[in-house]
Amino acid sequence: MKRVQFEHSAVPYLFIAPQILIISIFFLWPAAQAVYQSFLLEDAFGMSSQFVWFRNFEDVLSSASWSRSAIFTVIFSVLVAVISIAISLFLAVRADEVIRGAKSYRTLLMWGYAIAPPVAGLLGNMMFNPLMGDLYKAFNSFGFEFNHIQNANDAAFVVILIAVWKQVSVNFIFFLSGLQGIPKSVQEAATLDCKSAERRFWTITFPLLAPTTFFLLVINLTYAFFETFGIIDVSTKGSPGGATATLVYKVYVDGFIGADLGGSSAQSVLLMIMVSVLTVFQFRFIERKVHY
Amino acid sequence: MYQSKWRIFTNHTILILGALFMIMPVWIAFASSTHTREFIFQNGLQFWPGGHMIDNYGAILFDPSATKGRVTALEMLFNSMVLGLGFAIGKVIISMMAAYAIVYFRFKLAVPLFWVIFSTLLLPLEVRIVPSYEVVANLGLLNTYTGLILPLIASATGTFFFRQFYRSVPDELLEAARLDGAGPIRFFIDILVPLSVTMIAAIFIIMFVVGWNQYLWPLLMTTDDQLYTIVIGIKQVYNSLYEGGQIPQFPKAFALTIMATIPPVLVVVIFQRMFIKGLVETEK
Repeated sequence: MKRVQFEHSAVPYLFIAPQILIISIFFLWPAAQAVYQSFLLEDAFGMSSQFVWFRNFEDVLSSASWSRSAIFTVIFSVLVAVISIAISLFLAVRADEVIRGAKSYRTLLMWGYAIAPPVAGLLGNMMFNPLMGDLYKAFNSFGFEFNHIQNANDAAFVVILIAVWKQVSVNFIFFLSGLQGIPKSVQEAATLDCKSAERRFWTITFPLLAPTTFFLLVINLTYAFFETFGIIDVSTKGSPGGATATLVYKVYVDGFIGADLGGSSAQSVLLMIMVSVLTVFQFRFIERKVHY
Repeated sequence: MYQSKWRIFTNHTILILGALFMIMPVWIAFASSTHTREFIFQNGLQFWPGGHMIDNYGAILFDPSATKGRVTALEMLFNSMVLGLGFAIGKVIISMMAAYAIVYFRFKLAVPLFWVIFSTLLLPLEVRIVPSYEVVANLGLLNTYTGLILPLIASATGTFFFRQFYRSVPDELLEAARLDGAGPIRFFIDILVPLSVTMIAAIFIIMFVVGWNQYLWPLLMTTDDQLYTIVIGIKQVYNSLYEGGQIPQFPKAFALTIMATIPPVLVVVIFQRMFIKGLVETEK
């Protein structure tokens, strides 16, 4: 915090009021409702509801479809984060080394940040369309019996590929600026000591990038959790049989399409707990890393 | 620094492959959007552009029937622009003000209010989507720009960006301003805001792209197609591709996808330097 501050009774409240007002109406109120509804059981017509304590949570936690979705979400998130980080790091190291065309490469690799997740989903859907998709045809002509419409693993592959494709740019931007932050003198000293570029990377560059990598890991996990909704909704819609539905997608499907308010709210609350853990983790880490 | 010829060669090869990996799907969508639907249906996706670009894009932009509704792509682009700009402007103003109160003032409720703002990070809109929808419906804000934009602003990301930035501003500035007799509002408008211009621009660019690309919330909120953003339009057109036993209108769906992608990509590429600086410095 600042050493010097204003001491004023009304002004700070005036400045903070708009944000607090919006948060109260559009965040606190719905969040409280989610918690409240997670304890209610509505009848089939939505006419009456009764307080059932933790029954919704018990139902959710014991349902096969939720645990299946939870397992998928974890595997999906880890794979998306690790693969996209690995690809971007590889590209960023190379982009940091080139001298000729460095700016063009940067532009060509970073613009993907601006792609909306459903647009990425649609492009993926197009490439894997059984009628005309180039990748679908390519995979099958190589002898894979690729069928993402019926095979759960193939469908997961499609969603992961799209999610990775969409995320490479963001990671690339962070890695490239991380690499450019490493002093040239350090790199030159390393070059004198060690001819092998690969060894230089693992002993010098990668440890220096560790904070960036860790930060990106958290960012990517959050992305895979929440922002892939648009990708899934436009590509697989969670099919076949919910095999590619992440937890967030399931909240939406159960709440809006299935109209199971209690169950959906209980899922929301469970997700809230998971996200809290992730966020506190991220926040503590960031606060520790940045020195003012 | 010494680099072997082989290393230089592999560097370029890898980077070109990476760039192709990023661009190829979009290029194929673009090339395929310039053919007739019969041609695409018979021959699959195309790598080379055809001769129907003006027909397809013209129809999408100006003829409501091409987008399967009462609304043209031009109107959708307008709605997306309103959402992107409204979201970015609202977020920047509100979070600048809140961060100012948190960093520069000593007041009673500072700590609890900070935690209220912080708590929004714990529960993204995607997670509280059902009750949020009910609240907005209760307020009669469904199918309005207000209902579309305000709930999206109810998050703390921008506030944290500005908080971080203000904390890096030297304390001496405030001391000097106070010696000169400037009050808190004066200091904010005459000193802090001008100092933050680069930061504001960077966050504005990021938020514009984030707002433009919103999907789930507009999808639920806008049952009236007059309010469709172009990202939502894609889903609607895509959903109706196989309706009515006709040849699927793939080229027009692709044309819409390309049009939804161009504005945010242009913004990010044109303001690249500022955008990267904002992204990297604020998220750390």
